[in-house]
Amino acid sequence: MSEPFFEYLLRLGDDRLVLGHRLSEWCGHGPTLEEDIALTNIALDLVGEANLVLQRAGQIEGAGRDQDALAYLRTDREYRNALMVELPKGDFGYSIVRQFLFSTYAMHQWEALSACADTDLAGIAAKALKQSRYHVRHSAEWLVRLGGGTDESHGRAEDALNDLWRYTGELFATDAVEQALVKQKLAVDSSSLEAVWRRDVADVVARATLTLPPDGYMQGGGRAGGHTEHLGLMLAEMQVLPRTYPGAKW
Amino acid sequence: MSSESRDNPLPLWEVFLQPPGGAAHEHAGSVHAGDKEMALQAARDVYARRGEAVSIWVVPSEQITASTPEDMGPFFEPGNDKAYRHPQFYKVPPGVRVS
Repeated sequence: MSEPFFEYLLRLGDDRLVLGHRLSEWCGHGPTLEEDIALTNIALDLVGEANLVLQRAGQIEGAGRDQDALAYLRTDREYRNALMVELPKGDFGYSIVRQFLFSTYAMHQWEALSACADTDLAGIAAKALKQSRYHVRHSAEWLVRLGGGTDESHGRAEDALNDLWRYTGELFATDAVEQALVKQKLAVDSSSLEAVWRRDVADVVARATLTLPPDGYMQGGGRAGGHTEHLGLMLAEMQVLPRTYPGAKW
Repeated sequence: MSSESRDNPLPLWEVFLQPPGGAAHEHAGSVHAGDKEMALQAARDVYARRGEAVSIWVVPSEQITASTPEDMGPFFEPGNDKAYRHPQFYKVPPGVRVS
């Protein structure tokens, strides 16, 4: 039964690798020096989590692929991240709203996975849980300040929330791969995270004097490799070096 | 002391870190931030992300009253020629280690 677990680890790892890369695009472009460093820190945390999860995925797959092979030598159709994390970074408000929505999800996911039957993944989860709490705190406090700031910051935060909402449903979609693993205590049922996520999000959105968007059509497909056009372009940049110079070392 | 610099409109905060092991907080540097929570987070991200600290203080820079270079003479120099203020005339008792 290693194949579903491999698939599940790719979902976990790819969410973090892709979002980490998107966040790293702020490096040198942050609104202030302090925030530039803060966003880059979170990017590094996420890439670090992806490194550990994809390493475990390679071990479970048992085909000789390490985390670098999985990160740099898969095409966009082989990526299993949710669509939300691959969208272009947008403005600062957009990146903060996305970070808050994702990190709140990731925090509850890591918390549940701390009790995973796979001790490697349980260990990664326990370590990642601590830093994901900081990611939530940082993005939530920014969201409150953007929402309660000027008309412009409020408007941009609201636009971002409305744009991103249709991508939140995919985070809580469960399927046969996941359900088989839930029974073996190897995975957390994604749909079980939605209520607590919604409670946290509603609380911060209210503090930010913003309005929770109504639930409408939810966009999905990322977990099955159906991505937006943005992922291919992002991967082209992310993968250019190892694909151009295979096995390069420095 | 102005709390705003020309190129960053946010107030300036001084950052003090307590290193692991229980020594006193020491000045580490400064950050710009809009309020105390964001100043604390900025201090953590800029100065304490590699295990440098177990506690952080942030203080609005404008709340610090500092001596000026002109105070150097009247504040600090009178002590230098009064050797009896320095404890070097005491014999260190045997058995006391002076590091």
